[in-house]
Amino acid sequence: MNGSEVIMRALEREGVEVIFGHPGGAIMPTYDAIYDSPIQHVLVRHEQAGAHMADAYYRASGRVGVCFATSGPGATNLVTGLATAMMDSSAVVAITGNVAQSLIGTDAFQEADVYGITLPVTKHNYLVKNVNDLPKVIHEAFYIAASGRPGPVLIDIPKDVQVAQFTGDFDDIAIDLPGYNPKIKVKAEQVSQAAKAIREAKRPVMIVGGGAQTSSQQVIDFASKTNVPVITTLMGIGAFPAGDANCLGMPGMHGTVTANRAISNCDLIIGAGLRFDDRVTGKLERFAPKATIVHIDIDPAEISKLVYAHVPVMGDLRDVLPLLGAELDKLAIDDWWKQLNEWKTNYPERYKTEKPLVSQEVIEMFRNLTGGDCVVTTEVGQHQMFAARLFPTNKPRSFVTSGGLGTMGFGLPAAVGAAFARRGSTEPVICVAGDGSVQMNIQELATIYRHRNELPPIIIAICNNGMLGMVRQWQEMFFAQRYSEVYLADSNPDFAKLAEAYGLDGYNIFDRETAAKLIPEVLAKGKPAVMNFVVYESEKVFPMIPSGAGLDEMIVGDQEVDEAIEALVSA
Amino acid sequence: MSIRKHVMSVTVRDKPGVLVRIAGLFARRGFNIESLAVAASGQEGISRTTFVVTGDDQQIDQVHKQLEKLIDILNVTDHTEAPYVERELMLIKVKVVTPEDRVEIRQIAQDFRARIVDAHREALIFEVTGGEDKIEAFIGQMRTFGILELIRSGRVALTRSAADPRMQLELSDEEVAA
Repeated sequence: MNGSEVIMRALEREGVEVIFGHPGGAIMPTYDAIYDSPIQHVLVRHEQAGAHMADAYYRASGRVGVCFATSGPGATNLVTGLATAMMDSSAVVAITGNVAQSLIGTDAFQEADVYGITLPVTKHNYLVKNVNDLPKVIHEAFYIAASGRPGPVLIDIPKDVQVAQFTGDFDDIAIDLPGYNPKIKVKAEQVSQAAKAIREAKRPVMIVGGGAQTSSQQVIDFASKTNVPVITTLMGIGAFPAGDANCLGMPGMHGTVTANRAISNCDLIIGAGLRFDDRVTGKLERFAPKATIVHIDIDPAEISKLVYAHVPVMGDLRDVLPLLGAELDKLAIDDWWKQLNEWKTNYPERYKTEKPLVSQEVIEMFRNLTGGDCVVTTEVGQHQMFAARLFPTNKPRSFVTSGGLGTMGFGLPAAVGAAFARRGSTEPVICVAGDGSVQMNIQELATIYRHRNELPPIIIAICNNGMLGMVRQWQEMFFAQRYSEVYLADSNPDFAKLAEAYGLDGYNIFDRETAAKLIPEVLAKGKPAVMNFVVYESEKVFPMIPSGAGLDEMIVGDQEVDEAIEALVSA
Repeated sequence: MSIRKHVMSVTVRDKPGVLVRIAGLFARRGFNIESLAVAASGQEGISRTTFVVTGDDQQIDQVHKQLEKLIDILNVTDHTEAPYVERELMLIKVKVVTPEDRVEIRQIAQDFRARIVDAHREALIFEVTGGEDKIEAFIGQMRTFGILELIRSGRVALTRSAADPRMQLELSDEEVAA
C-alpha cells in the first residue's frame, strides 16, 4: 500500500462518502487511488468552489466536508473557502498535494508554502513528511475539525509521501493531543449563577448564533419551558423555528425592529453560541446598555472577547441548556411580551410593490411555496439580507450563508454541497443570489448539470438589479450618490441563455405576474434551474443600522434616511 | 482597566512551525509583544516560550485564551499572577578610550556582577544576567562610555514555588545580589 492508498482508506474509515476536488500534478498519485475507491469524487471547476461545497456539506449535514486540491495555485484557490469555513466554524478537511520534499523550498513548478499560507485560516494544519504518519494525521484532522468549536483542517501531503510504501500500522490512530481538550465539563455553579440572573430578569432575551445549529432541540425545549423570547443571528437562522411565536427574528445591522429594540431595552441577554460580531452588536458602547450578559459558549476565547460576560457559562449548548432549563420555570415576563408583541405588530416586514418587481417579493414567493421546508443558500449582499429576514428556514442546518467572511461566490457552490448532504430528499435547495456574486463561481453550473439526476433540485434564484446592490446602497446613503464601479447591467450575460449553454433550464423574468406563474411551475418540475429575476435597481435593505451606530439608532425606512444621515454627520 | 506588562510563558510540543503559529497569532490579533524567547524545557519533545506582552486585563485574557486554542500548545502561564523569577541575558560591548575609563567600567561591572567575556584594548564585552531593571541600569551606566553593540536574549521566567528548595536558594541568591 502506498501513501495515496492509505489516504483513501483512511478517508473511508472516517465515513467519507463524497470528496469535492480538482486534480493536478502534485496530487495525481492520490487521484490514481481515487480511481479504485468507493468514495465518490465530485469534479469541481474551480478549487474555491470545492472548498465551499465541502463547507456547505458540513453545514447542511453535520458530517465533515472534504475537498482536494493540487499544490500551488490549486491550494491557494482553497484559501477563500477555508477562511469562510473558519469564520463560520465549519468542519472541513482539505487535502492538498505538494511538490516532492526534495523540491520544497526551491521555487519548484506549482510550489507554494501552503502550510504557511493556510495557518491563519485553519483551526489546525499539517505538512506530512512521513508516509507512516498518514493514518494518524488524517484521523486527528477529522477529530479536530468536528470537535469543540468546529473548523477547517488542512493536510498538505508532498508527492513523494503519496507514492512512498507504507510500512506503519494503519490501525494505530489513538488520538495523542495533550494540548487539545474540546470537551468542556460544565461547571454547576456557572449554570446556577446564570439561572439566578435569568430568574431575576424582567426583560430577558435569548440570542442564538451558529453554535446553536447543533442544539436546535435544546433551544426549542428551553424556550418553550421558560417562554423566553428568542433572537436568531444570521448564523443561527433555523436553529430556532422562525415561525415560532417566541422568535423575534434577526438582530443587528439589517435585523428586525423588534429584535433590535428588544436588545436595546432588555435587562438580560442569554447569548448562546454566538460571538457578538460587529454586524450583530453595532457600536459596542451602545449595545444592550441595561443588560446583564449571560454568555454560553464552547469556545472560552469568545467569552468577554467583545461584550463583557457578567455570567460566563463555558460548555456545549447541548449540555448547558438542559441543565439551565432544569433550574428554571416559566418566566413571569408578561409585560415584556406585551411590549415585544406590540413592536412585532407595528413593525412587520414591509416593502413597496407598486414599483417594478422587487427582490423581497420574489424571495417571499419561494418562502410561501416551500413553507420554509427546504435548504436556502445565499450569496452575499442585499439579497442575502432579504433572504435572512423573509426566507428563514424552519429547521436547523438549512440556512447556509457566509456570515463571518461575507464571501461572494459562496452561495452557488454551497447549494451543490448542501444538495449532496441532502441526497434522497425531495425538498429543493434554493440559492438566493445576486447578479454580482453569482458570477463569482458561475462555472459550477457544470457541476450542477453533471449531477442533476442524483441530487435534490437546485434552483438558482438571481435577484438581478444590474448592480452590486449593497455597495450601491452604501454609496447612495453615505457617499453622496457617487456610484463608483457598481454598475453591471450593460455587460451581464443573458442568464437564461447561460443556463441553457450549461444544459440547464433558464428563465429571464421581468414582472411579478410571470414570477408568480413560473416559480411554482419550476419548483414542481423538480429539476435544477436558473431563474433570473430582473428587479428594481434602487431598492434598499431596511431597516438598517449604519456602520458605527448603535442598535438604538436604527433606520426603519426610506423616510428616516435623511434624518439619520443628518444626525450621523452632525454627531 | 490597567495596562501593564505581563510575563507569560507557554509550553509547546516540538512540532514544525509551532513558533510560526504563536508569532502569527500575535501578529494577526494585534497583540503587542515586547520580547520572545524560545528554548528547550528540560522535557523531551517540549519547548518553552517566554514572552512579555503589554495590555489591559481584557487583552491579556484574550492572549491567554487564544494561545490555549492552538492545538500544539500544552500550557499557558501568566507569571504576573503569582510570584515569579525572571532573568535576561545581555552581551554588551563597551568602548574603552582611556585607562581611567577601563578601571571605572570594570568597577561598575563588578557592582553589577557582570562578567568580562572578551577584553580588548579598545573595548570590553560583558555578560550581564538579571531582571529587566538591572539590565536597563547597566545599559544606562555604560552609555557614558559608549556602547558599541549589545544583544539581549529576551526574558525567561518561572513561577516561584515555596515547596521547591531550589527556588528558595534562588530567592536568597537574589536577595544577596540586591
